[in-house]
Amino acid sequence: MKPSMNRTSKIYVVLLMLFLYMPIFVLILFSFNENKSRSVWTGFSLHWYRELFSDQLIMTSLKNTLIIAVVASVIALVLGTAAALGIYSMRSRWFKSVLMNITYMPILNPEIVTGVSLLLLFVFGMDAAAKVNGLLGFHLLPELGLGLGTLIIAHVTFCTPYVILNVLPKLRQMDRFVYEAALDLGCSPALAFFKVVIPEIMPGMMTGFLMALTYSIDDFVISYFVSSATTQTLPVTIGAMVRRRISPKINALSAIIFVVVLSILILYNLYSVRKEKQLKKGGESFR
Amino acid sequence: MENVMIGLRGIAVDFDGERVLKGINLDIMDKEFITFLGPSGCGKTTTLRIIGGFVEPSEGDVFFEGTRINDLPPHKRQVNTIFQRYALFPHLNVYENIEFGLKVSKLPERERKLRVGDALELVGLKGYEYRNVNLLSGGQQQRIAIARAIVNQPKVLLLDEPLGALDLKLRKEMQRELKRIQQSLEITFLYVTHDQEEALTMSDRVVVMKDGNILQIGTPQDIYNEPANAFVADFIGESNIIDGIMLEDFLVEFANDTFPCVDKGFEENERIQVVIRPEDIRIVSPDDGKISGVVETVTFMGVHFEIVVDALGYKWTIHSTMSVPPETIIGMDFTPEDIHIMRRMEEE
Amino acid sequence: MPKAKYASLPYILWSLVFVVAPLALVVVFALTTPDGGFTIANVTKVAEYTPVFLRSLWLAVLATAACLLAGYPLAFIMSRQGGISQRTLVMLIMLPMWMNFLLRTYSWMTLLENNGIINSLLGFFGLGPFRMINTQGAVVLGMVYNYLPFMILPLYSIMTKIDGRVIEAAQDLGANSFQVFLRVVLPLSVPGITTGITMVFVPAISTFIISRMLGGGANMMIGDLIDAQFLGNAYNPNLGAAISLVLMIFVLLIMSMLNMFEDSEDKEGLIL
Repeated sequence: MKPSMNRTSKIYVVLLMLFLYMPIFVLILFSFNENKSRSVWTGFSLHWYRELFSDQLIMTSLKNTLIIAVVASVIALVLGTAAALGIYSMRSRWFKSVLMNITYMPILNPEIVTGVSLLLLFVFGMDAAAKVNGLLGFHLLPELGLGLGTLIIAHVTFCTPYVILNVLPKLRQMDRFVYEAALDLGCSPALAFFKVVIPEIMPGMMTGFLMALTYSIDDFVISYFVSSATTQTLPVTIGAMVRRRISPKINALSAIIFVVVLSILILYNLYSVRKEKQLKKGGESFR
Repeated sequence: MENVMIGLRGIAVDFDGERVLKGINLDIMDKEFITFLGPSGCGKTTTLRIIGGFVEPSEGDVFFEGTRINDLPPHKRQVNTIFQRYALFPHLNVYENIEFGLKVSKLPERERKLRVGDALELVGLKGYEYRNVNLLSGGQQQRIAIARAIVNQPKVLLLDEPLGALDLKLRKEMQRELKRIQQSLEITFLYVTHDQEEALTMSDRVVVMKDGNILQIGTPQDIYNEPANAFVADFIGESNIIDGIMLEDFLVEFANDTFPCVDKGFEENERIQVVIRPEDIRIVSPDDGKISGVVETVTFMGVHFEIVVDALGYKWTIHSTMSVPPETIIGMDFTPEDIHIMRRMEEE
Repeated sequence: MPKAKYASLPYILWSLVFVVAPLALVVVFALTTPDGGFTIANVTKVAEYTPVFLRSLWLAVLATAACLLAGYPLAFIMSRQGGISQRTLVMLIMLPMWMNFLLRTYSWMTLLENNGIINSLLGFFGLGPFRMINTQGAVVLGMVYNYLPFMILPLYSIMTKIDGRVIEAAQDLGANSFQVFLRVVLPLSVPGITTGITMVFVPAISTFIISRMLGGGANMMIGDLIDAQFLGNAYNPNLGAAISLVLMIFVLLIMSMLNMFEDSEDKEGLIL
């Protein structure tokens, strides 16, 4: 394909990029402002970064976010991969399509509806547990409030579909006979699964896992409904901060997140460019 | 080659309520190259998969060296398979692919290395150990698949249309190659194909199948020269198949004439079908021929001409090294040995 | 693989408890009083909020249309690039997506403020100040800014599948640039358009914090309304459930309508 752009396209692309990045750069610029103002520059300072790192609430939320993201993504990975295997080998088209529709539900449904519905379930569950315990006169069921547990459950719920939707196509692409070949060469079904099927669907599992991780770290709407005042994720804390008052600490946080994301993306791109080149090189040596 | 390696007794298979194999009985000998030949859907691949352990027969028994193995899972059978599209493990390199079975059976590394080396040598791919299998050509992948199977020293190798994905020239080369490997390893090859030429050139015995039944078992020469019925005759190369009546032993009537032949053992006046191979018909002058007719079309086929002659209501196909102009009247001559008599197939 | 079908059992149970049951609870709450008695009062009360629904619909349609108009050409340009420049453009589009939308919205708050940077710059030239924050325009801008990548990326991925030779063939057959676009590129990119519209419209119509941050209190949307019933001052989960139910049905209806534009052979079991 032609790698060149005409002039109109170039101007257009530049304008759109300005639109996308101007606000972020302004945000980052003012994170170094000495003053609290977000429009008047008074001098360079790292003051807001120090404030940010000594903010107990933000640091706890960050820790929560990471714990929840890792735990929820791992559970989603196992649950979703197993589910994809099951769906792949299901015979009944009808059941399969019902299950797929349920799988699409958390993705297609407005996030706020998912959040509200889970909140209703948790409240309902807690009430029910309290009632059962009251009737029995002792604590048979745990009476947990909103917190880490409910956040993890919610995150697993909306992350698992991404794993399933990434693993299923890999299973379909897989040469069915590869599994049989492993059996033929002496593997028990379980061994064949780990030695042959897992490596085949690994890219899908990885993509699904990374998507789960990203969506979990980034989620605000659903976490907002199922978190408590004491146990929050970083986005929920940010949400509370931006609504309450403006603080350049948020600018500092944005700058850090931007740099982290940017480095991850650049590293990833370098990695895939190198991998592509290797593939090309390998391919050429046979021609 | 006299020991029975695999025995199939009354094997029947149902898929979704449909019977795809209808009672197969067959003995496969040690060290023989046996080919299952038939059109797609005839049950040849299913038969192979039963022996491999991937399909469980609905009825009947499978024996391996005299032991019933119906319930033995695939990974415990002493057979290995070459799959239709090779089914190489895309995440492993050439060496790791071949080593796979040895590693699973926990062979020591030194032994593994030796045997992988030998296998690579046998298929002529020494030096390819660390290549990516996805980047190899079809022929090379085929050889890797062969090496991966034979390295486990199976007693029987199952090959499911292994050359189907290769182009004609490569296919010819691999046919010779497979035959050579089979002879040097001295093991049983069980080969599935729909290509009659492949079956005839490679096999010790050919099993012709159709609609879940075995139609004929025999050496390539038997199958070619004495096809059991019109289907086999037609499937094994081009044939002229003419309805006729067996008047008595060694005398047959067809094409409004009687001809001496070499077949016997039919009922008197039994309605039969006659097969005459296109290359067995010689073109002579109209007066010298047994039958005369008008040349309709002549097509150059490379080694020979294919000549279609209209005579007595039949279109006769003749393969001849010389050309005849269309519209000429010619005579067709053949000897009693060229006439093959077959029982009529039951109406479909 | 035999027996693997049971592997989905844990997931089926999980979905029943945490996807199906919660949605069922939404329906139950929508149709009951706080004491648990059956009522349709909550659902009928939703009608009182018709202006909020209409405003949300209008703003979401505006934002979706703006994303489509601004994103479509970029997606096409990106899809016709090769190698490094394509990779870079994709990365540049994805990068803002990875920053939390609250931060992105916050950045616009600081830009649009009455004494914010834009007004300061304009004041430098003797213009303004203009009232930009707390307007519907600001809400639409915020949504466009947040959701633009969701429009561009599906369009881009469908357009990379358009074979350049098809376009050349159209040109060869005498089509001018406009006709090439209208008769070849546009029809071939329809699946990307519908996906893009879905991915922008659904979060746009159900957003609840962008509107509050950039629109102030006056431009309340459905999301804010629901939020207020559960975690806000208007505490009334039954009404909140009823509004959520209506929103959900509304969104699913629109998505099934969009789905009719394309044959969903490849998307097995997509809703409705």
